Formats: sequence, structure tokens, C-alpha cells
Amino acid sequence: MSQLAELQKSERLEFVTLVAGGQNFCIEITQIREIRRWTPVTVLPHSPDHVLGVINLRGAVIPIIDLAAKLGFAKIMPTERHVIIIIAVEDRIIGLLVESVSEILGVDSHTVRETPRGPEDTTTRAILGIIPLGDDMTKIISLSALLAPASQVAA
Amino acid sequence: MTKRILAIDDSRTIRSLLTQTLQKAGFEVSTAVDGVDGIEKFQHEDADLVITDVNMPNKDGFGVIADIRGGTRNRTVPVLVLTTESGAALKERARQAGATGWIVKPFDDEALVAVIRRLTGAA
Amino acid sequence: MTADMTMRDVFFEECEDLIAALTEGLTAMRDGSTDSETVNAVFRAVHSVKGAAGAFALDDLVGFAHTSETVLDHVRSQRLALDDRILHVLQRSGDILADLIETAREELPTNSAQVDPVLADLQSFLGDAPAEAEDFTFEALTLAFDGPADAGSTYVVDFTPNAAFYTSGNDPVLIIAALQSLGTTRVTVDLSRLPTGLDALHWQDGLLSWQLEIEGLGSDLPILEVFEFVDDLCALQVKLLDEDTAVPDIATATAPDSPVEQDGMDAAAGMAGDMSDQKARNAADKGSTRAASSLRVNPERIDRLINAVGELIINQSVISQRLQHANLPNTAELFADLDDYKLLAREIQEGVMAIRAQPVKPLFQRMLRIAREAADATGKVVELITEGEATEVDKTVIERLADPLTHMIRNAIDHGIEAPDLRTAAGKNRQGRLRLAARQRSGSIVIEIADDGAGLNRPRIREIAVSKGLVAEDAQLSETEIDHLLFAPGFSTAKEVTNLSGRGVGMDVVKTAITALGGRVAISSQFGQGTTFSITLPLTLAVMDGMIINLGGQTMVVPISSIVETIRPKDADLSQIGLNNTLLRIRGEYVPIIDLAERMGQVATLRDMTDRVLLLIQTDSVPQCALAVDDIFDQRQVVVKSMQGNYGEISGISGATILGDGKIALIIDPEAVAQGNSVYAVTNSQNGRDVSYVAAC
Repeated sequence: MSQLAELQKSERLEFVTLVAGGQNFCIEITQIREIRRWTPVTVLPHSPDHVLGVINLRGAVIPIIDLAAKLGFAKIMPTERHVIIIIAVEDRIIGLLVESVSEILGVDSHTVRETPRGPEDTTTRAILGIIPLGDDMTKIISLSALLAPASQVAA
Repeated sequence: MTKRILAIDDSRTIRSLLTQTLQKAGFEVSTAVDGVDGIEKFQHEDADLVITDVNMPNKDGFGVIADIRGGTRNRTVPVLVLTTESGAALKERARQAGATGWIVKPFDDEALVAVIRRLTGAA
Repeated sequence: MTADMTMRDVFFEECEDLIAALTEGLTAMRDGSTDSETVNAVFRAVHSVKGAAGAFALDDLVGFAHTSETVLDHVRSQRLALDDRILHVLQRSGDILADLIETAREELPTNSAQVDPVLADLQSFLGDAPAEAEDFTFEALTLAFDGPADAGSTYVVDFTPNAAFYTSGNDPVLIIAALQSLGTTRVTVDLSRLPTGLDALHWQDGLLSWQLEIEGLGSDLPILEVFEFVDDLCALQVKLLDEDTAVPDIATATAPDSPVEQDGMDAAAGMAGDMSDQKARNAADKGSTRAASSLRVNPERIDRLINAVGELIINQSVISQRLQHANLPNTAELFADLDDYKLLAREIQEGVMAIRAQPVKPLFQRMLRIAREAADATGKVVELITEGEATEVDKTVIERLADPLTHMIRNAIDHGIEAPDLRTAAGKNRQGRLRLAARQRSGSIVIEIADDGAGLNRPRIREIAVSKGLVAEDAQLSETEIDHLLFAPGFSTAKEVTNLSGRGVGMDVVKTAITALGGRVAISSQFGQGTTFSITLPLTLAVMDGMIINLGGQTMVVPISSIVETIRPKDADLSQIGLNNTLLRIRGEYVPIIDLAERMGQVATLRDMTDRVLLLIQTDSVPQCALAVDDIFDQRQVVVKSMQGNYGEISGISGATILGDGKIALIIDPEAVAQGNSVYAVTNSQNGRDVSYVAAC
């Protein structure tokens, strides 16, 4: 069953909307553990561009990823005004650096639409659906598609 | 008054099953893991009936009965032997040891409860 | 016995313990301990499985257990002599029993193809033994009685309990009460035999008789049921009221007069034997599977506890630091107290780690079985010996070792040990030897898998690596480097798909699993003589003694256990070699210096080598080298936080820790850094990256 269909099993859905790379995205609320202000990270050696480093989250070492960079946009230069969204997916806890968080959006599940077909790129691969918002729309991020599986030898 | 049963068996599974069955039938249940533990508990707790496995390490069922019947406390308590064997030899031994009765494993819940009710005079 | 889901869990948990006891006993028997104590233990384990399984209607399991039990019974009562053949079949039946339990647990159908041959073997030992008397059950209910079937007959019951009736815990009052519940009853008691003086009266003498008339019964069966246990402890007569002698009386319901069956006798003899062996058993009891002396604990609770203890240790460290910075007067006592705190924290930590630490024995026992099956499947003759079974390792480590060890054992038997004929031709014993050993060694656990087989064929390994593009044709490789090619992903020497390695799972999976545990694998092999794999694992996953260092402004940690010495080099100690490499001269030897900052991808430092600190590193599997760092601070206990789960592997880093000030310090893996000099890294050198890395994001 596609992720979208899975989502639509519930009648009502809640999302946290955010801005990254200048665009609107949202993440389904049950995957979110916490939202924090940006704090300095400890850099990891040999890490890809989109991995900023790790932070200490109450005793656990959590990697922080630049969501914009991961989606293919320009890197964010983080400041105190930026936000980290701590998410949990498949037993892993990870922090996503975003520009800002807007609100909690509650919708009936039938308002969620499939992503319109178009050329595939890094961004669209990580989107599992869209929600129209007035004149605009917000894109639902698929966290599992966003994050590679735990072991993958880099080229 | 609620009747108390002391159940002695080295199998965790059997102890759990006995406890569940007997508690459902309205008995209070205390358990022991082998003959030595069983006698220990018997000396310190009241029991209206003892049900004991035969094959156990450290002291087997017949040893338990011998200790009870030869002891000074609650000597004539009804004792049921719970066993996988049946046959004349078992009965003979059980009889000799002073067992009140026996139940063969796997036992029928209702039959067990009926026998215990009868031997303890419980409702 | 009816049973529900949670009962099943209890049952299967208990089966685990019973199988463990069974395996232990069978292994002891195989090694020569065939005393009655050991055989008894095995018998009891099977007996218990049978007894409990009956409640769940697991007929195949019960049936197999029953036959096993019978054979074991014959062995323990010495009706069957224990020879190699019987021993082998008993081992197999232990395996089958475990399998039957598994299939029952998974609710799968029984694998008769596997079970039946072993069952047949077991039964062959029982041969012409007389049929068990087990089917005979004395039950009053089964006595047929052609009495009138209509309801509403009145029965007359006469019974006189004898002395034994009373001493066996029976109570006539209860019997009467039970009879009364069957129907309207009239009871009369005969007191005629009572003596006139009270002092002559003994309650046990059985001087009282009762007669009861019970109405409204369809047959005498319910009455006989009430007397089911006491039929021979009293004089009993049950007859229809006003009947004539056409209908036979049921006089004393007696046990049939059959001679005591031989098996029953021996079972009794066996039991008598049990009681006299009791002392011996108590003495020999090692308490390994005694329910009364162990606790089952939810592993999550232990994990939480371990985390909390980790925090406790950090907390102690923080307090210590703050105190030092606070410059308080008269703090001598305070520091002494703090030291006590530290010791206590350590004690708790060790205690908690010990809870989770378990002997590797059950794991090794499983490997014995894997080895047996592998040998059978490949037609090799192998003896697996285990050493150091009592060595204790963290529970999670044991769980994650199972797969890698299984691979390695199968590999050793499949590819290492030669076929019996080849071995004899080479002047070796027909039987190959596979040794699985565990020992603790200064902060680590070392597990060795050593075979006396053909050893690694290095030219061939190299050939294959070249053909798969893993190394350049002209690369100069040391023996160790060739050996480690086995672990390269995509490498597999299996030309034919054998029964075991059909899936072509390579040793790289093993390496990954071991590395994920924070461990290393080393290989040592001699062609024609055998191969030894050594797995080194960190002893505790949680806490480590570390040297806090500064590397390019970043605080990092180096494990003390790998540091031999710290050196502030002078020019005279240093020599250049090649373009970029420096050597340290120390005590007449030359040791390569590794620029740690460079390895960690930092911008090259401007500091002169003489301005830095060199850490002389020595570990098991790499030659000596020196890591150049900017500064060193103090030594400290740190709590290791793995990043595996959230991130993945970072080459050269074995984890992270949280310092007293809340900052994260990465923990260097000196061996990995030192191995960065290896060929594997060289061949993967692309884009200026020296070592490959594994990242999750």
C-alpha cells in the first residue's frame, strides 16, 4: 500500500507545516518528537554536505540534517532563529534543520492529494502527497524516502 | 471460608495453570517449586489441600507426602498427587505413601476442581 | 487443562530453560559423564517438557518427548547400555525436541521428514520391550455396570473406613457430604463397635460404619466416583435397594489382579533411585537453571537502568569539574567524598553491567548444533570444541554475535576443513577440529574460531580480488592484507554453491556485524594447516577510560586502553619520509606518525609537529603508530554513546560521548585510523577521501 494510502486510512490528519529552501512543506505530526531552537552542532568528519553534525539531546547523540540541502536546495546557514524538528522514523531519531515552523494543520484525510506527476528529482522523490492551502499548497514529506537506509556505502 | 491450596510442581507452566484454574474456582493458591520448598511452605502456611507433582528435583512428591504424614502439623491434610504416569504401580506407591488421591496429567480442569471441592468440602 | 495465550508464553519460556538443561546434560554425556545424576537431569528435562506440553494438546511434541523419555528412562535404569550409537541418537533427539518446540511456538506443521527418522531410531532401542502399563488407569468410572438405566433408583451404600482411610487425608464426613449432594440421602451410622471408654478410642481405628440410602440415581457411577480414591481403604458395598441377586453386586471395587508391569516397577525403582541421589544432586547443582534462584527481567528496564547509571557517571564528572573550577577553600574532604561517590557510581555501573552480562555458553551450545548440521550437510567429519563458555558478555552482544558466528562456523566447515579422504591423504586425522573459544583480555572479549583445515589459499584469494576489481593487478599486498580481502564486499570464493553457502552470503556481512558491535576481526592462517579468526569486542558497551584531546579546536576522546605513551616530540626525534609523512624515532625504532586532524577531514593545521602531542598507539591488529593531536587534557571516564542507531558508521570514529558541559566529543577509533594505511583504503581512494565511510542520511 502506498504511503499516501496508509495516511488516508485515518479520517483526520494533523501536520506541522514548515518552510525550507523557501518552500512550504509539512510533516505528519505523529512522526515529530520535538521542536527546538537551533543550537551549535559538533561536526562529524567526512560527512556529506547536508549533514551538519550532531547535538546532545538529553544524553542522546542526534544527527542534524539540513532539510533544504537534502531536498536539493541551497544549504541553510543556521542561526538562532532557525528551528530543528526532531523526528523519529523506523527507530532512528534525527533532527531536521528548517527555516521556520508555521503551524499545526489539521485536515480531513480526503483533502490530501497525490503528487502531480512530473519529472522526478531529488525533491519530488521525498514527497508523498500535497495538501491545497488556499492559493498555495504544502507538500507532505516522506521521511522514510528522505532518509537512506542505515547502511549504504557511499560512492 | 476460602479454602487454601498448596500446589507443588517444578514446572513453571504447570504451576501457572494450576494457579489460574484453582483461583478461578475460588480457591486461594500458594505454590512451591520442589519438594523442599513445598515442605518449607507447608510448615509455615495453612493449607486445606496439597497438590504435588511426583517427579521433582531435591525431594519428589512421595517425599513430600512422607514428610507431611510423618510430621506434626496438619498431618491428615488431603494430598493429591499430580502425575503423568498411571497404572497399578503408581497407585500402590501413592497409597503406600499416604496420598489421598491422584490426578493424571494432562488433567481436566473441571475434574480437578470437582475432586478438590470434594476433598476439601468446599462449595 | 485449558490454557490461554499468556500460558503459552510461560510454557515456551520454560521450554527454553528445559532445553538448555537438556543440552547441557547431553553435552556432558557426550564428554563422558554418564553418571546417573547427569542422565537423570536429561530425563527430567524431557519429562518436564512432556508434562507441560500436554496442557496445550501439542500431540507431536508430547509423543516424541514420551518416546525420548522412555529411552532415557531405560538408560538411567541401566536397562539400556549407553553406547556411541545411542548417544548420537539422543543428541539428535535433543535437537528434534527443540525443533518441535519451535514449530509449536510458531504454530507451524511438524516437519515429519525430520522427526520421523529420529523417532524410529529411538523406538528401535525400545524394540521388544513390553508395552507400557500406562494405558491402564484405575478409574471407577470405567467399570461397566449393566444396571437399570432409568432415573430414580435408590442405592444403598455401606461403607466402613479403615485406619488407612483416615491417615491418607480422607474424611468420611466429606464423603458423606459428597454423596448427599447426589440426591436425597438418608444416613445411618453404626456405632456398635465403639469401645465403652473414651481412652480406648483411637480416631484412626475405623470403628464407625455408615449406611446411606440415596434416591434418584440413574446408576451407581456417581457413587463410585466419590469413592474413587478410597475404594481400597474401606469396606464398600453399593447396591440397588430391594434388588435381587440377578444383578451383580459391586463389592469392593478392586484393582485388577494383574502382576505389576515391569516398567512400572522400574519406574518405581527409578524414583527410589532419585531419592537416594538427592544429596549428590544437591551437591552437584550448579544453580544454572533453578527457577528459585534466578529472575526474569524485562530487558528494557535494564537498558533504562544502564542509561541512568551512565548519566550518573557523567554527573559525577560534572560536579568534579565544577568543584575544581570553583577554587573553594578546604576542599580536601569534599574531594575525598567525591571520590567515594565516584567509586560507588562505578560499583553500581559494574553491577548493572553484570546483570546484563551472560555467559556465552548457550550461544556456544547453539554453535555445536550448527556445526553438527553443517558437518552432516557437507559430509565432513568435524569435532567442535568449546572453551571459555563461562566468559561473560553483554546480552545484546551475545544476541548479535549469533549470526556472524554461525556464518563463520559454517564457512570453516564448508571451506576450511577438508573432506575426510583429503585429510587422511595429507597426513591429518580424518576428523577435523574446530575450536570455538572465548576469553577476556584487558578490557575486551576475544572470541576465536580456529580450524585445522586447509588454511587460506592466498594466491587464489588475490586472484579473485583482482578479477573482481577489488585490487589493482600490480598491487603489493602483505599476507594480512590479502587475508582481509575476504571481508571485502562482493568477494566470495565459493565456486560451487554448496548446501550451506547457497545464498552466497559473504564474510563482509560478518565484518559489518562485528564492526557494528564496536569490534574487530583478525585472521591468522597457514596454508595446509588451518585458519584462526579472532573477534575482539569491547567488554562494556557503556563506559570507557578516555584521554581528552584537542584536535583543531574540537574536543575529542581517545581510548586509554590503546595509548601506550604520550610524547612531545623534539626535532631530533622526527624524520621525514616521502612527501608528506613523518616518522618518530623512539627507543631505536621508527614509528609512522598519522596526522589525526587530516584523517578527520579537518583543515590542515599550521602547527609544527614539535608543537603537538603524539599518542603512541598499540593495539592487537595494527603495528605501532603515533597519532598527532594538538593538545591533551586529562584522563576521564566517559560514557560511550553509540551513533550506530541514528546515523551509521563513521570511519575512524567509534562513538560519541557527552562531556560535563553538555558538549559532544567524538571518540576516536585508533585501530581504524591506523588501518587507514591499509590497501583497502588505498584502493578506495577517490576524491581525496582516504577511507570509505558509511552514512545514513
